[in-house]
Amino acid sequence: MSDPYPNTIAAIGKALATGECSSVEITEHYLQRASAFDGALNSFITLCAQEAIEAAKRADEIIAKRQHHALTGVPYAAKDIFCTEGIKTSCASKMLSDFVAPYDASVIKKLRDTNAVLLGKTNMDEFAMGSTNETSYYGAARNPWDTDLVPGGSSGGSAVAVAANLAPGALGTDTGGSIRQPAAFCGVSGLKPTYGRVSRYGMIAFASSLDQGGPMARTAEDLALLLNEIAGFDKRDSTSARREPEDFAHSLEESISGKTIGLPDAFFDDSLDASIRTIVEHAIEVFKQAGARVCSVEMPNLKLSIPAYYVIAPAEASSNLSRYDGVRFGYRCDNPADLEDLYCRSRAEGFGEEVKRRILVGTYALSSGYYDAYYLKAQKVRRLIQQDFKHAFESVDLIAGPTAPSPAFPLGQDWEDPVALYLADIYTCALNLAGLPGASIPAGFCAGLPVGLQLIGNYFEEAAILNFAHIFQKDTDWHLATPPGFG
Amino acid sequence: MSVTDQDIAHVAKLARLEVADPQRHKLREELSSILNFVAQIEAANTDDISPLANPIELDAWLRSDTVLETDQREKFQTNAPATADGLYLVPKVID
Repeated sequence: MSDPYPNTIAAIGKALATGECSSVEITEHYLQRASAFDGALNSFITLCAQEAIEAAKRADEIIAKRQHHALTGVPYAAKDIFCTEGIKTSCASKMLSDFVAPYDASVIKKLRDTNAVLLGKTNMDEFAMGSTNETSYYGAARNPWDTDLVPGGSSGGSAVAVAANLAPGALGTDTGGSIRQPAAFCGVSGLKPTYGRVSRYGMIAFASSLDQGGPMARTAEDLALLLNEIAGFDKRDSTSARREPEDFAHSLEESISGKTIGLPDAFFDDSLDASIRTIVEHAIEVFKQAGARVCSVEMPNLKLSIPAYYVIAPAEASSNLSRYDGVRFGYRCDNPADLEDLYCRSRAEGFGEEVKRRILVGTYALSSGYYDAYYLKAQKVRRLIQQDFKHAFESVDLIAGPTAPSPAFPLGQDWEDPVALYLADIYTCALNLAGLPGASIPAGFCAGLPVGLQLIGNYFEEAAILNFAHIFQKDTDWHLATPPGFG
Repeated sequence: MSVTDQDIAHVAKLARLEVADPQRHKLREELSSILNFVAQIEAANTDDISPLANPIELDAWLRSDTVLETDQREKFQTNAPATADGLYLVPKVID
C-alpha cells in the first residue's frame, strides 16, 4: 500500500498549511499505524487516541483561521518520563504505574500551546536507567529493523515509534546517551541539547545535573523544528539557561566549507569496532567533500567518563528517587507493619532490579566515609573531562565520532555483570558530564542494522550541529531508509 | 574493594530498601563489581582541581517572593495511596 501522507514534520507542516490534509486525517493515520504495529513493537505505554483526535480538531480550526505555527496539528509522541496532565505518566515503573500527572511538563505545555498533537507516551527503561529498554515494567520495546533485537535505551520507545513511522517525531531524554544511542540503534536522528537549554520542569528526575530532554525525528530539519518549540528559559527550572529565543533551522543550509571537525583520539583507538570505524570514516569523508577540515584532538580524560558517570548518576538518582516513599503518590505495599516497613517494602516492591542497584550504589557513594573517595573525586574528574572538551573546542568547530560501540544486539541477554552493559555508554556519557549538546544521525548499515554518527557541538551550538547534520543528510540517504514492513 | 553483607544491609537501610536474604549475595557481587570499576577514577590526578557539580555554572537568580501556585491539594491527593480529610494516611507512628 502506498502511503498517502508525508512522514517528516516539515512536510506534514506544509501539507497542513496548504490544506493537502487535515490534522485529524494525519492523526488518525498515525493512530491506526500505532494500533496495527505496536503489538509487535511495544513502543507505546499509553496511546492517547481520544485526546489526540480532540487536539487535532482544535488544530484544524486554528489552521483554518490561519493562526497556526510550525507544529500546529503535527502529531508527536513523548517519552513516558514527561508529566502529562490527566494522562498516565509511569516512567516505565511499577512505582508509577497508576500515576496520573496533575500537571504538564513545561515542554509538553509548550507543545500543547502550539497545538501539536500528542499521540501517546512511549516506552523506556525504568526511570531512564538502562540502554536496552529491557528494564521497563511494561516489557522492552522492540527494534523494527529486527524485532529480536533491542531498540536501545533509555528512550527506546520514542526511537522505535519514529523509525517504524508510528510518529513523525518524539521527545526523549538523555542522561548518559539515552536519546543518541536508541536513535543510532533504530536509524533515526536524535539531539541531546546543551544542559539547561530545555526545561526539566515536569520531566521525572533521574540525575538532575545530567538529564536533558530533546527531540528525535527523521531529519536534522525536523530536530530543529521540534527544538524551536521546546527550548527556552523556564523560571520553574532553576538550572534553565537564560538565552534569547533562537531559530535552530536558520543555518541548516550554511556552507561548512573551512569548518574544522575534531576526532577525539580516545574515540578512535584500537578498541573501536572495525565495521563501525569504516562507517564513521566514510561519514567524515562526506564532510571533507563539503569542504570541512578534519584533525585529531587529544582528550586524555575521556576514558574516565564511564567510571565518573557511574558514580555521579547513581548518587543523584539515589537522592532523587528518595521521594518514592509510598505516602503521597506511587506504589504502596500491602499491609505495612509500621512506617519503616511501608517505606522499605513499597520501594523494594515498586522499583525494578536495575533501579534498586543504582540506588544502592549511589547511597554507598554518598555515605559517610566514602563521599570524598567517590562522589567528590568523580566531580573533580568531571571537571577534567569538561576541560578536555573546552580545550578541544579552542581549535575545532565540531567533534565527531561513533555513537555506540556496536549496532543493536539481541534482546534477553543475561548481563550477569552490570558493568559489561555500562561500557556501551563509552561514546555518549562524556557529553552529559560536560553538559554539551550532541546528536546522533544515521550514517550507514552494518549487517543490515543502522549505525549512528555522533556530532558534538560547543555549548549552545545546537544550530551548528544541525547545520552539519543537514548537510550530511543532503548528501546521503541513510536517514531515509525505513525498516522492511514499516515503511 | 569488596562489599560485605553488612555493607549491603547498612546501605539498604540508608536507602529504605528492603533486601531479602537471597538477593544479598547477588547484590554484594554486583556492587563489588561496580565499585571496583568506578575506582579507576582514583588514579586521576585531581590536585588543584575543584569539583564540578553542574556543567553550566549558572549565576543564581532570584524571583520576587510572591505566590504563584494555587492550592491544589485535592487534585494532588487523587494520586495518593490513602488519604482522609485532606491528610495522607500512614501506619500509626505514636501509640
